[in-house]
Amino acid sequence: MNKARRNPFNVAASHAILLTYTVIALFPVFVILINSFKTRKAIFREPLAFPDADSFSLIGYQTVMKQGDFFQYFQNSMIVTVASLFFVLLFGAMAAFALAEYRFKGNTLMGLYLALGIMIPIRIGTVAILELMVSTGLVNTLWALILVYTAQGLPLAVFILSEFMRQVSDDLKNAGRIDGLSEYTIFFRLVLPLVRPAMATVAVFNMIPIWNDLWFPLILAPAEEVKTLTLGSQVFIGQFVTDWNAVLSALSMAILPVMVLYVIFSRQLIRGITSGAVK
Amino acid sequence: MSGVTLNQAIKRYGDVQVIHGVDLEIEDGEFCVFVGPSGCGKSTLLRMIAGLEETTAGKIAIGGRDVTDVDPADRGVAMVFQTYALYPHMTVEENMGFGLKMNGMPKAEVAEKVGKAAEILQLGDYMKRKPKALSGGQRQRVAIGRAITRGPDVFLFDEPLSNLDAELRVDMRVEISRLHNEIGATMIYVTHDQVEAMTLADKIVVLRAGHIEQVGSPMDLYQDPDNKFVAGFIGSPSMNFMQGVVEGGKVRLPALGDALVQAQVALPGDGAAVTVGLRPQNLKLVADDASPIVVDISERLGGVAYDYLDTPTGERIVVETKGDDVQPAGANVTLDFDPATAMFFDTTTEARLR
Repeated sequence: MNKARRNPFNVAASHAILLTYTVIALFPVFVILINSFKTRKAIFREPLAFPDADSFSLIGYQTVMKQGDFFQYFQNSMIVTVASLFFVLLFGAMAAFALAEYRFKGNTLMGLYLALGIMIPIRIGTVAILELMVSTGLVNTLWALILVYTAQGLPLAVFILSEFMRQVSDDLKNAGRIDGLSEYTIFFRLVLPLVRPAMATVAVFNMIPIWNDLWFPLILAPAEEVKTLTLGSQVFIGQFVTDWNAVLSALSMAILPVMVLYVIFSRQLIRGITSGAVK
Repeated sequence: MSGVTLNQAIKRYGDVQVIHGVDLEIEDGEFCVFVGPSGCGKSTLLRMIAGLEETTAGKIAIGGRDVTDVDPADRGVAMVFQTYALYPHMTVEENMGFGLKMNGMPKAEVAEKVGKAAEILQLGDYMKRKPKALSGGQRQRVAIGRAITRGPDVFLFDEPLSNLDAELRVDMRVEISRLHNEIGATMIYVTHDQVEAMTLADKIVVLRAGHIEQVGSPMDLYQDPDNKFVAGFIGSPSMNFMQGVVEGGKVRLPALGDALVQAQVALPGDGAAVTVGLRPQNLKLVADDASPIVVDISERLGGVAYDYLDTPTGERIVVETKGDDVQPAGANVTLDFDPATAMFFDTTTEARLR
C-alpha cells in the first residue's frame, strides 16, 4: 500500500469527499421519500422535516392507488424495460460478436455506422418515427416503445460489447470450433458467459433512461392501457393544480423496481467497469 | 490409416505469402515436430491442418481423405493450445466432455470417455475444479485430456509447453511422449525449442520463412544437416560458424589463427569463401600462451562447462568441456578437433558442401 493511503489525514479527506457526494446524490431521493408520507400542508410548511404523528399521512399513496390503473402502468413500464433490455442485449451481443470475430468486407465501416447512433440522439427522428409507427399501426402499443428503445440502446451496446468480445481469447473460440461446436453454441455457451460483466454494464446504462423516459410514451403510446409509470404520474401534475402527495408517492414507488434491477446487475457492473483497468 | 499429407500447401494473407508450397508426408502414428524460429510459419501450418486457417492453394489430406475445405470438427483432429484455451466457466469434467455433449452424445458415453481420459492423465482428483484453481501443468493436462476425449485420428499441439516453467516442461514432455506410446495416434507438435523437438520427434520438420528447410529423424538432422540454418538450429549449444578460405584442398580459418583444416568434401576452387561449422561438443581446449584466442567467460554447469572464446576476427566460439578441465577466463588457448567432424557450407547459398 502506498504512503498516501496510510496517511490518516488523506483517509479522512477522501471519506469526507465521498460522503459529501453521497449525501448530495441521495438528497433528492430522500426528500421525495419523506415528503411522500406527509400531508399536503406539512410538505409545504417544512419540506425537510421527517413525518411525525401530526404530519404523517398516506393520502398520496391512497390517491395513486385509486386514481387510474396504477398497477397497469407499472406493468407496462416493466414489460417495456425488460423487453427492450432483452433485445438490446441479444442483438447487441450478436452484432458485437460478428464485428469482433469475423473478417468481412466493410467490417470497420459497419462498426462506424453502428457507432454513429451513439452520437446522434434518437429524438431527432421523433417525427419520422411517429409517422412510421402510424403507418405500421403500432401507435399506442407497447411494441412501439420496445422497438424504439431497442434501437436507442443498440449502438452503445454494440460498441461496448464488441470491445469486450475482442478480449476473449481466439484460442478459446478455436478450441470450441475443433470441439465441433456451431458458431451459435460458441457465442451462447462460451463467449456470452465470459462477457457477462459487460452485459450487466450495458443493461444498467440502458435500463434507467428507458424506465424514466417520458418523451416516447407521451408521443407514441399515450393511450390509457399502454401508459408507462412516468407518463401515468403526469396526471397528478396539472397546469394549475398539482397533487404533490400523489406525485411524490408515485415517484417513490417508481424507484423500487429500478433499485431491484440495479442490485441484480450491480455486482457484475463493477467488474465490468473496472475490468481492463486493473490486470 | 490416419497419416497427414500436404501437397503444395500455400497460405496468403492478402498479398503476403507466409507458406510457400509445402509438401509433406506424415505417416500414421508418427510423432512429427515442426520446429523453427518465431514467424517461420510453423503455427500457421498447424492451423491449416486443423482447419482454423483457410488453405489458399494446395491440398491437405488426413488418412487419405481430402480435407482441404472441411470444417475443423469434421477433420478428426484435436488440438492443444499454448494458452490451454480451457473454458473458464466450466469444471474440468465439463471442459473435457463439452464437445461430445454438444454433439449429442449420450451422457453415459461422455462420462465414460471423460473418465478414461482422466485416468490416462491422472486427473481424477481435479474433476470438479474450475481451471482457475489449477496450476499451469494441470491445466495443460486437462487440455490434453480434452483432446483425448474426442478420440481423434490426429493430435495437434501448438507450443503446448511454452507457458510452463522449466521443470514442469520436462515432466510434461515425458508425459506427452508416454501418451504417444500409449495411444499411438498421429501427433503433430509445434515448438521453437529444439530440445523438445529432438526428444519427442520421430520426424522433425525444420521451417524457415514458410519453406521447409529439411525433414528427417532427429539424429539425421543433427549429424547430417542439409544447410547452415538446420545445422545452427539443431543442437545445443548451437554450432559454431567461422568464415574460411579454400587453399589447396584445405580451408584456412582466420578465426583460429589461420589454421588449415583438411576437408573430406568437394570444395570450390582456391580463394573461394566457405563457412566452416564446428559443434561445441567436438572441440577441445589446449592452453597455449602464444595463441590469439582468449577465454572470455566460462559457464560451469557441473557435469559440463561452456567456454565462450574471443577470436582475432571477432567471431565467438563456444566450446563444451567435460569434467574439471577448465581454463580460467583470460587464458590463451588453441582448439583441438578432429577435422572429420567439421562441416562445410557455401557462404552465399548456405548449402552444405558434401
